[in-house]
Amino acid sequence: MPSLGADMTEGSLVEWLVQPGDTVVKGQAVAVVDTAKSAIEVECFEDGAIQELLVEPGTTVPVGTVLAVLADGGRTDAPAGATDTGETAETTNTAEAGKTVETIKAAEAAKATDSTKATGAADTAKTTERTAARTTPLVRRLAHDRHVDLDSVRGSGKAGRVTRADVEAASRDSGRIRATPYARRTASELGVDLRGIDGTGTDGTIRARDVRAAASGPTTPARPASPAPAAAPRPAVSPEPPAPDGHAQARRQAIAHLMSKSKHEIPHYYLSTTIDLAAAVAWMREHNRAVPVAERLVPAALLLKAAAVAARKVPEMNGFWIDGGHVRPAAVHLGVAVSLREGGLVAPALHDADTLSLPALMAGLRDLVRRARTGRLRASETADPTITVTDLGDQGVEAVFGVIYPPQVALVGYGRVLDRPVAVDGLLGVRPCVTATLSADHRAGDGAVGARYLATVDRLLHHPEDL
Amino acid sequence: MDREQALTVVRESLAAAVPGADSSGLASDAVLREELELDSLDFLSFVETLSGRTGVGIDEDDYARLDTLEACAGFLVTRTG
Repeated sequence: MPSLGADMTEGSLVEWLVQPGDTVVKGQAVAVVDTAKSAIEVECFEDGAIQELLVEPGTTVPVGTVLAVLADGGRTDAPAGATDTGETAETTNTAEAGKTVETIKAAEAAKATDSTKATGAADTAKTTERTAARTTPLVRRLAHDRHVDLDSVRGSGKAGRVTRADVEAASRDSGRIRATPYARRTASELGVDLRGIDGTGTDGTIRARDVRAAASGPTTPARPASPAPAAAPRPAVSPEPPAPDGHAQARRQAIAHLMSKSKHEIPHYYLSTTIDLAAAVAWMREHNRAVPVAERLVPAALLLKAAAVAARKVPEMNGFWIDGGHVRPAAVHLGVAVSLREGGLVAPALHDADTLSLPALMAGLRDLVRRARTGRLRASETADPTITVTDLGDQGVEAVFGVIYPPQVALVGYGRVLDRPVAVDGLLGVRPCVTATLSADHRAGDGAVGARYLATVDRLLHHPEDL
Repeated sequence: MDREQALTVVRESLAAAVPGADSSGLASDAVLREELELDSLDFLSFVETLSGRTGVGIDEDDYARLDTLEACAGFLVTRTG
């Protein structure tokens, strides 16, 4: 089960798109997973053949759980290495088995330790044997420095190798409050602070019943002989998957959590500049006259491209703030905030947006927005954004000062393209303009760098032919 | 194409291009972009579908005239003679 966003702790497998024996290639969608946000297609991260599917559709499992085994030794559970939490299926399952017995009643325990337990135990032995061979001295050193147990990190690299990102993710994870989406929802409804609650789930994950127990007064640990009333109807491995009609509410909660986290942790600073779009709009109209409707551009495509190219030129605005340091990926995966008709929003990635031609970016944008709204995004799209853009121009506002998506370090906002009076060469003219804003993480850089970023966006939009 | 036919194809194009857009209860003079909360991509899909179904070329300069159901129908009637 890959982590499909900074706030995801578990996911529900909706359906398999492949069968045992099927040959799969890297990047192929193999399963559909339901998260608090939406149904998402999970991609395979390696070529191979499906040997065994380990998780039944309808089951909710923690992030890191092995979903299937590939014949060539790789596993299909971690398509997005850089953002995977690094929690291993092996330890997860073993820990679950152990904890289950002491904390919940016998009937549930039997359910909890189903097929995954046996696989988990067997895998643990195999993993230990492999550890020495499956990482580099540099990564081992990092793991040592960060007090990360390499045996407990599931590798997302080739043939299960533990990468630097895996270790970083594992070390980052240890400081976070682990709770199921259902528990977070319950906590929010009951007005309970998740901090200070002892979780009884996998690796101390806080479950809904823990929240209820905390809310109903002094905490009494549930014993096998006398189950807490609230615990009774809940299966141990699957705290209920979000009901389809509860999606909007779940999505609201997910956004609430992520945005609170952002404002709680990230010292934002904000910059704004108004950009003359006369050249960009004139160039776009000229382009659009020469192509069929299906290939026409909209101003948003130019604005997104400029934001992506500027992120490459000013890399201080690209990437993530993790463990007190700025992680700068080489690629620019541009998150695009898409508002959903039933409420809420998602911000999936346009991969390598800085290198796409404008027609390719436009086609990618249309495809991405359509799939975001029909609920079929891919795992890599939800997990990969390195900087996000929110374009509220169609909503009619002049400017938007957004909230950064953690752990990203910057968010770019565009308002409406409006005709404004502008002084050009000493004369007053009326030209299309847009207000571009930047919300940036002050830990990762200072205002001067942010100013350089916006100035770069401005310059790029004055030369649309080069975009 | 008469006005009724034009209005029908406009409604059908809207429904086809913008999933979830329901124009059945929409006043003929309501501003489409606002009432149906269309963004620029939705609007482009609508123009693409409308142009494809009617064979009428729609330039970017025509977009501003396609703001209501009534206006869209009128535009089609004029262009198809």
